[in-house]
Amino acid sequence: MSRETALNAVMVMGLFLVPLWALWADEPFIITLTTKAAILALAGVGLNIALGLGGLVSLGHAAFFGLGGYAMGILASHAQSYAPIMETPFLIEGTKSMPVIWVIAIITSGLAALAIGALSLRTTGVYFIMITLAFGQMLYFFSISWPAYGGEDGLSIYVRNGFPGLNTLDPIQFYAIVFVILMAVLVFAGRLAKSPFGLALNAARQSPERVETVGITSYKLRLIAFTISGMITGLAGALFADLNRFVSPTMFSWQTSGEIMVFIIIGGVGRLFGPVVGAVLFILLEHLLGGLSDYWHVYLGVLLLLIVLFARGGLIGTLAGKEISHD
Amino acid sequence: MIDPVLETHNLTKSFGAVQASKNITLDLRAGEIHALIGPNGAGKSTLIKQICGGLTPDAGRVVLNGEDITHLSTPDRARKGLGRTFQISALAMEDSVLQNALLGALGAHGSPFRFFAPAARNRELRARAEDALEQVGLIDYRNVRTSELSHGQRRQLEVAIALTLTPKAFVMDEPMAGLGAEGSNTLTQFLDGLRKQAPILLVEHDMDAVFALADRISVLVYGEVIATGTVDHIRNDPAVRTAYLGEDA
Repeated sequence: MSRETALNAVMVMGLFLVPLWALWADEPFIITLTTKAAILALAGVGLNIALGLGGLVSLGHAAFFGLGGYAMGILASHAQSYAPIMETPFLIEGTKSMPVIWVIAIITSGLAALAIGALSLRTTGVYFIMITLAFGQMLYFFSISWPAYGGEDGLSIYVRNGFPGLNTLDPIQFYAIVFVILMAVLVFAGRLAKSPFGLALNAARQSPERVETVGITSYKLRLIAFTISGMITGLAGALFADLNRFVSPTMFSWQTSGEIMVFIIIGGVGRLFGPVVGAVLFILLEHLLGGLSDYWHVYLGVLLLLIVLFARGGLIGTLAGKEISHD
Repeated sequence: MIDPVLETHNLTKSFGAVQASKNITLDLRAGEIHALIGPNGAGKSTLIKQICGGLTPDAGRVVLNGEDITHLSTPDRARKGLGRTFQISALAMEDSVLQNALLGALGAHGSPFRFFAPAARNRELRARAEDALEQVGLIDYRNVRTSELSHGQRRQLEVAIALTLTPKAFVMDEPMAGLGAEGSNTLTQFLDGLRKQAPILLVEHDMDAVFALADRISVLVYGEVIATGTVDHIRNDPAVRTAYLGEDA
């Protein structure tokens, strides 16, 4: 077992055992914090497919996080008020079913990622960063100016959406859902990285002309990666909205995109568990330092600076060293 | 006469007032090594890009096995059977040697749009990749990170990737660049045998290698082919001696 695999196993055990301990110790707040970390990790796993494997520095992933959140908010608010979303040309009603909401969040964010990716992937470097940022900000300002769904104030959902056979209002049961989804997506992301698609995408990041000269179109690879990435981040957005029972334009803001990227860098770009380590640390810092000062982001900034300067592989890279997979 | 595998017909390309390719007509026949030589700035790289994709000629055609590929993209040309190596190694440096070779096999013989099963466990792709590494003598390095290879080994890996495509024609841009005498000799011997698999259009500055390998040589000067012929013909061509070798005719 490599050192990285051992570290990953420790993280999984931690994510499994800490909430169980919190349940035993009657600390529901810790379960909620772990849930938040797991959902942010999920968003990070999504972005890491584009950023780590594909080398696509997207500053607009909040667009997909927000779309997932608003998919949940819009569907649940209509179900809550018994008012259909639309009646003509055909009837679309709201829903309080989590699985249905997830599917719609994934489809919506996937379609948005496909459209945004199709345009922005024609550029590279700083232009790509700026275009993705612009799309994110367009959705941010659109959500602010959309009074039907709360505008700037956001949208509250009074009761968490339902999952068959579970009481989702119970923190540990909601956490169980998030944990299973995170593990499933991590398995998918791990397999994806070693699959033919992952091999080609990773090579396209390092040498696009090499990939083209063996008969593979790098644009297609990147567009699919960007779309998959957006779908996972959208799913995370729907779960995040369900955790808070609230959606607001903040989910679309560039700060959200930046925060996801920051904790991936802290954990380790391109490392399977990089977003998980980063998200857990981010939530820990927010909780511990946020209690001491409103300006806790300063400490986060210092940590980011140290990692970028002295630990380019993030925390996982520092602890596990360089690693390449052969199979 | 042997049918050409790869042909260019009157390729013309200008950048502003500079005419980088002037009506270049060349052919590459089965089983041969056709070397393309010329001083720096002669337009060799521009020609390679027009043949392999990346630059569209202003006029003229590129034909592979009788099919016009002038307007195909680089990946499409590769799938049609053009195996290219680069002057400066274009490799996935963070990946293993095997992963680089697998990439070639994947592009030509597999589908990159498979998302779950590990690429290295695909027996057919792996066999192709390992066979190519075996041929260039890198099989023992398969699990080594590419960035840890020597310069010469990276050149060999470039050739191995081209081999995985089982190409109809190779286009090699200065494969000897940066190699020492020993490395150059080894690669020369290897390319000598490789022509049986597919003909090679060889752009090279190492004249010892060119004279040892080439069946025919074309000399490019200021975007124009001033002579094409056998080694002896080129050695004794007065125009070549004047324009390229810097001698008085």
